[in-house]
Amino acid sequence: MINKVVKNADEAVKDIPSGAVLMLGGFGLCGIPENSISALLKTGVKNLTCISNNAGVDDFGIGLMLKTHQVKKMISSYVGENAEFERQLLSGELEVDLIPQGTLAERVRAGGAGIPAFYTPAGYGTEVAEGKETREFDGKMYLLESWLRADFSLVKAWKGDTAGNLIFKGTARNFNPMMAAAGKITIAEVEELVPAGELDPNEIHTPGIYVQRIFKGVDYEKRIEQRTVTS
Amino acid sequence: MALDKIGIAKRIAQEVQDGMYINLGIGIPTLVANYIPEELNVVLQSENGLLGIGRFPTEEEVDADLINAGKQTITMRDGSVLFDSSESFGMIRGGHVDLTILGAMEVSENGDIANWKIPGKMVKGMGGAMDLVASAKNIIVAMQHTSRSGDSKLLKECSLPITGINCVRKIVTNLAVLEVQEEGGFLLLERAPGVTVDEIKEATAGKLIVNGDVPEMKIN
Repeated sequence: MINKVVKNADEAVKDIPSGAVLMLGGFGLCGIPENSISALLKTGVKNLTCISNNAGVDDFGIGLMLKTHQVKKMISSYVGENAEFERQLLSGELEVDLIPQGTLAERVRAGGAGIPAFYTPAGYGTEVAEGKETREFDGKMYLLESWLRADFSLVKAWKGDTAGNLIFKGTARNFNPMMAAAGKITIAEVEELVPAGELDPNEIHTPGIYVQRIFKGVDYEKRIEQRTVTS
Repeated sequence: MALDKIGIAKRIAQEVQDGMYINLGIGIPTLVANYIPEELNVVLQSENGLLGIGRFPTEEEVDADLINAGKQTITMRDGSVLFDSSESFGMIRGGHVDLTILGAMEVSENGDIANWKIPGKMVKGMGGAMDLVASAKNIIVAMQHTSRSGDSKLLKECSLPITGINCVRKIVTNLAVLEVQEEGGFLLLERAPGVTVDEIKEATAGKLIVNGDVPEMKIN
């Protein structure tokens, strides 16, 4: 059986070069590849293009890689939680493509599924549509949007097996499954790593065919952005 | 007297019908959930991948892997289902969500909405707003009628970069309930308690349509 297990995050990311295009799973700080981000801070690669719904916060997630000036370009839908991001954007240090969240999700899905482009209504008539082909279907206008693919996808799952199959938990699934499929090399970090055969095939969300490397992550912080409770 | 945020949320809650699937935006729309009558069975969608948002968790229940689109910790109700972001926006784009309630900075008299960007000032991104307004069957906007400096937010044309065109159906503000007309213009449906038609006219820069007597909102 194919064994995709690597020792840890350092080994998993060691061949990611400067200038690489990365996808990073997560919504806010929920379901982000914490271990792989920490390892990239150590390798110090630069000029990265990061495709991720958000850009972390100032002192966690992708925000840490912004601080060390490792990111050249961000492709995201919402970046409101990060003052350093906003500073680098307004000063011109950082290139940013802001795209509608559903369009981002579908562009990534299309990348993994071999569909080069598709029509969507999101952004028609707004500045998002500038320079894009439009077309009418059944009386409504749509924009042509193209696929997104990555050199490396960094995803985080709850459970995984040695064959690379993944199961996510709660809303930590978000962009992770589509990104797993859209990376040339997909690196999955999991909280629990089990031998192939132990996960119920009925319950697997992401088939191992999309995952090239898997490791058991350590020391998950799982920071919460808005801790709201009832008494 | 003009409504406060809770008043706006309570009035919007009256628009909710049994069996609806609803997406609530951040801010006043989130408050609407607190005032939906208990006898109505509705399912709240969170675009980060959940149908069936429940109440906020107790300290013991807090789970970092379970948040809403505003990144707040939440719980799930019986019958909930989790999915990925592509599936989530598939159900939004595919028109499966019955009602979308969201905030706005400006709305124009032909139903355009601006709520994502102030050039040179606010650089946050549109999140899921553009996907939602482009596809939702029924959009209700919750907003203040005027800005802090007193400028109308109900305009002939939006001055800010728009989020979507021709999409808003109904608007509930601190002063009034209005319906955007097919041919353009804000039809005044209800006044906030004690607010006069003249006051609403004064606060509305776009075309306001007043047909006969305009009733007061009934808010509990």
